[in-house]
Amino acid sequence: MYQVIEGIISPVNDNYGKKELAAAKHRVAMVRLALQTSSWIRVDQWESEQKEWIETVKVLRHHYSELLRKEATNSNAGSEIPTEDIATPAYTAAPELKLLCGADILKTFQTPNLWKDEHIQEIVEKFGLVCVSRAGHDFQQYISESAILTHYQHNIHLVKNVVQSDLSATYVRQALYQGQSVKYLIPDSVISYIKDHDLYREERK
Amino acid sequence: MASMLWVNLDLHPEEDAVACIDSSMENLDNRKEVVLLACGSFNPITIMHLRLFELAKDYMNETGQYNVIKGIISPVGDAYKKKGLISAQHRIKMAELATQSSKWLEVDTWESCSKDWLETAKVLSYHQQRLEAENFNNSIVSPPSPILPGGKRKRIDDIDAGEPKPSAPQKKGPPELKLLCGADFLESFAVPNLWKPEDIATIVAKYGLVCITRSGNNTKKFIYESDVLWKHRSNIHLVNEWITNDVSSTKIRRALRRGQSIRYLVPEAVQQYIEKYNLYSTESEDNNAGCILAPFLKNK
Repeated sequence: MYQVIEGIISPVNDNYGKKELAAAKHRVAMVRLALQTSSWIRVDQWESEQKEWIETVKVLRHHYSELLRKEATNSNAGSEIPTEDIATPAYTAAPELKLLCGADILKTFQTPNLWKDEHIQEIVEKFGLVCVSRAGHDFQQYISESAILTHYQHNIHLVKNVVQSDLSATYVRQALYQGQSVKYLIPDSVISYIKDHDLYREERK
Repeated sequence: MASMLWVNLDLHPEEDAVACIDSSMENLDNRKEVVLLACGSFNPITIMHLRLFELAKDYMNETGQYNVIKGIISPVGDAYKKKGLISAQHRIKMAELATQSSKWLEVDTWESCSKDWLETAKVLSYHQQRLEAENFNNSIVSPPSPILPGGKRKRIDDIDAGEPKPSAPQKKGPPELKLLCGADFLESFAVPNLWKPEDIATIVAKYGLVCITRSGNNTKKFIYESDVLWKHRSNIHLVNEWITNDVSSTKIRRALRRGQSIRYLVPEAVQQYIEKYNLYSTESEDNNAGCILAPFLKNK
């Protein structure tokens, strides 16, 4: 029913103010290195280049309008589409843009004042979620605990991970602060970058 | 009451007092050199296998007593007859691809080249002999030198009367060879007829284990409940893996059969190799179906 044609990683703006956040230019560079061998996932700097932190729904709106713009450009160029392909989803309309996240994000919807209700609604109603399972999180429960999520659960796709993994950037940073190996947890090119730029050396409070 | 015991069940209190020793300091020379050997199917090798080595090396080095100098991956031979086992040639090649970017890990084919299945104790014995032979050759070949550890030549006025003169390098014994494994490997010691009791004794008494475990308490309990393991508990190093990273070869093979992506779960070069040769299918999973695992046959 779906054909995934692109993945976008959008690192958050520095002004998000999260603890231990390295500068956006580094985070973007590391993502780019990690994606060097990927044929379909790319990094996008738009969010990190804005003057302030912007809400997730606005990032979705931006990327969706970009997709529409590209779609309009393509059809104006009169690209040759084989007749038998016209009916396939890839060519009938602009792609759907969905927010990819871990099950832990679903839980954060419940945190008071973290998300605006109308944003959660727009995300699940207009865009949709693809949510990957994470150890220790019960996404069925998170959905049933929220009226909005329950109402739009047809637009929330729950993906069971091939392997259960607690691996997180927090764990990787912790290992780096303690001088421990993170080889095979993150790509070698990212490890070299971290070393060359002296990132994640001391625990910043 | 029994649960209270585990908290105090400290196998290595001296290792828990972690001296924050930077491994680049000169006293590296006073540490015992260690080589880690991992046996297994590696069907296929995954990032989890590679992580075991990294975790073990960090742990042993951080105790301040050891210097891990080499890691050896020894894939089991085809004669093991495990269900789903594909040919050693491919498993070795994948392990080599997985370790090409590593400065200290290597793949050894001695075990897999044997026509018959070999007990782990035999593989350990072979590698021990190799290390002893290398050590012997090194001590003949290296000439006496005034250069101290660290590469600095000592100034004449630094030499006290009481200090040993820098002459021939200290004669070091061969590195200690230890078996690297996960908790499930250790707990397989309890499976009837899988291991010869004398082999278990040899492995823990003569060599030693470095065991990566997610549930340290359960593993300690297992050791406590075994006379031979308890006796040699000082030779069993338990390393805690704090996060779940359940990348088992079984799950990889299942994902491949279902057409699911295994990217980032195995090294890039391994994923490409598997794809190129279309390894792991429903057919390959049926390899050795109905066969008895070699150790069970041998220990009947």
